[in-house]
Amino acid sequence: MGQFMLRRTMYAVVTLFILSLTIFTVVRLTGDPVTLLAEPGARAEDLDRVRTEWGLDRPWPVQYLAFAKNVFTGELGKSFNYQMPVSTLYFQRLPNSLELALAATLISFFIGIPAGIISAVRVNSGWDSFGKVVALLGLSIPGFWLGLVMILTFSVWLHWLPTSGQGSWRNLIMPAVALGWYFAASLLRLTRSSMLEVLRSEYVKLARLKGLPGYVVLAVHAFKNALIPVLTLAGVNLVVMINAAVIIEVIFAWPGIGRLLYEGIFQRDFPLVQGIVMEAGIMIVVINLVVDILYAYIDPRIRLTK
Amino acid sequence: MISTIEETRVPAIAAGSREFTSVPGRWTGLARQLPALPLAILVPFVLIALFADWIAPYDPTEPIPGAKIFEPPFWMEGGSVHALLGTDFQSRDLLSRLIFGARVSLIVGVTGTLVAGSIGTALGILAGYLGGWVDQVIMRLTDAWLALPALVFAIFLATMLGPSMWNIVIILGAVYWTRYARVIRGEVLSLREREFVKLAEIAGGSRTRVIFRHILPNVLNSTMVLASLTIGVVIIAEASLSFLGVGVPPPEPAWGSMLADGRSMLMVGDWWLTIFPGLGILLVVLATQLLGDWLRIRLDPQLRNM
Repeated sequence: MGQFMLRRTMYAVVTLFILSLTIFTVVRLTGDPVTLLAEPGARAEDLDRVRTEWGLDRPWPVQYLAFAKNVFTGELGKSFNYQMPVSTLYFQRLPNSLELALAATLISFFIGIPAGIISAVRVNSGWDSFGKVVALLGLSIPGFWLGLVMILTFSVWLHWLPTSGQGSWRNLIMPAVALGWYFAASLLRLTRSSMLEVLRSEYVKLARLKGLPGYVVLAVHAFKNALIPVLTLAGVNLVVMINAAVIIEVIFAWPGIGRLLYEGIFQRDFPLVQGIVMEAGIMIVVINLVVDILYAYIDPRIRLTK
Repeated sequence: MISTIEETRVPAIAAGSREFTSVPGRWTGLARQLPALPLAILVPFVLIALFADWIAPYDPTEPIPGAKIFEPPFWMEGGSVHALLGTDFQSRDLLSRLIFGARVSLIVGVTGTLVAGSIGTALGILAGYLGGWVDQVIMRLTDAWLALPALVFAIFLATMLGPSMWNIVIILGAVYWTRYARVIRGEVLSLREREFVKLAEIAGGSRTRVIFRHILPNVLNSTMVLASLTIGVVIIAEASLSFLGVGVPPPEPAWGSMLADGRSMLMVGDWWLTIFPGLGILLVVLATQLLGDWLRIRLDPQLRNM
């Protein structure tokens, strides 16, 4: 187990190294980073000052070390617009993004898991076809368009819900549905295939042979085991939603990380964009590492295979 | 050698359908079983995109002379038959912009998928066939790129490279190749151990020859199945980038940027500016998904559950 954890952690570190190297290289390949780092319309002497300040007159390897140090100390550079370390801004917005992502996860559970179970239990029935249609629409309807259509329907025409802002569940419901929509479809698919697999297993057959009532077999024997991959996906999805809900947060004026990134793009606040991208990468690498280790802890077969 | 390849292909195909075993009957059988619904949606869109210059009533980038801004569709009060679906904020014809928007979506969708598929398949084959440190480098790179949420990564690259349609194609190709690399590598690992590959190596075939004659033809089915899954994702990603203003630049008509343009009038209830471009995206992506499902079952029964 210790060896497995060590190896996985090494992989995660290598992944983060390549990630930082990618970001570092992309920035320098696309032209003079000084023009990106300085505020728009800066004078020549300001550009020189920025160049020295960021150490851009030094050789690349030295620059990379400085960049890496910045990531390690957790500062991730300083935003122009806010005049604050990017990490401070990121963690300020994190609770808002977390709130939205949790609500979206809840909604994707409510749609995806029951529909997935029914599809699996009544496989090839009308329910299953209905589930397939829902899954197909989930992957085909862009979430941000769904958000716009909901604003049109529930705010503009019916006056039921506020279009933006934060505070009560009434603000939360539309962005959460728009964000959770896609993930509901993927949860549905996974729940269905996971349930189908479990329902074919020997222990479910045995439970049936013992004469246990159908619902007990489903709830206790099948569902609990089918839930493991589903919960894993939901956990990883949660982290993705926290970091990647850019358009939904823009549409609903939700003050989360996604909107911070959007502001960064539009104010040409380059260190902010770079810092958020790096932070998102770190979060996802860490959650994947945690999931891998938890899996290996539960299932010894995983830690024994390379 | 050709017969060897045919023989290795036969089992996979035969498992799907008996008709596919004889080569001449293969295409007539295919034509008979073509999926009606996705093609009924997709073919008109492709034709519209191809012949946009002849079909569109107006230049999509120029205002209609004498028309007002935000005219509604012709059947509503204030609408006219001159602009069938109304006009946008620069009194440009919405219908013409939708027609040319189809071209942008399809071009980016197809070429972006092609770029992603080529990069991913090439790297997957190299990693799987050469093994060793090449494999390690490529797979760690894949892991690192997978760690970033695709859209956040694409936004980052688009902010760096600046908006243009071909930049978007390159960016989406660069973001979505990872899945191909993973799957193809896995397939090549098992192909490498098969007799016909071993024989070709013993017969003195160079690595390049083995890759092009024996490995590549056998992974192309998987590449196509993955491509059918990617194309919808790429189309939605392009729309998302254009919506955020880092995709296809104005005045070029892209469905995503049209949605962004229509957002300001959403509160007044000018629904047509939001509904029509979104329906365009929805229908095209839905059709590619359905086509992908069909292709998946045709080409590779083992991938049915993906």
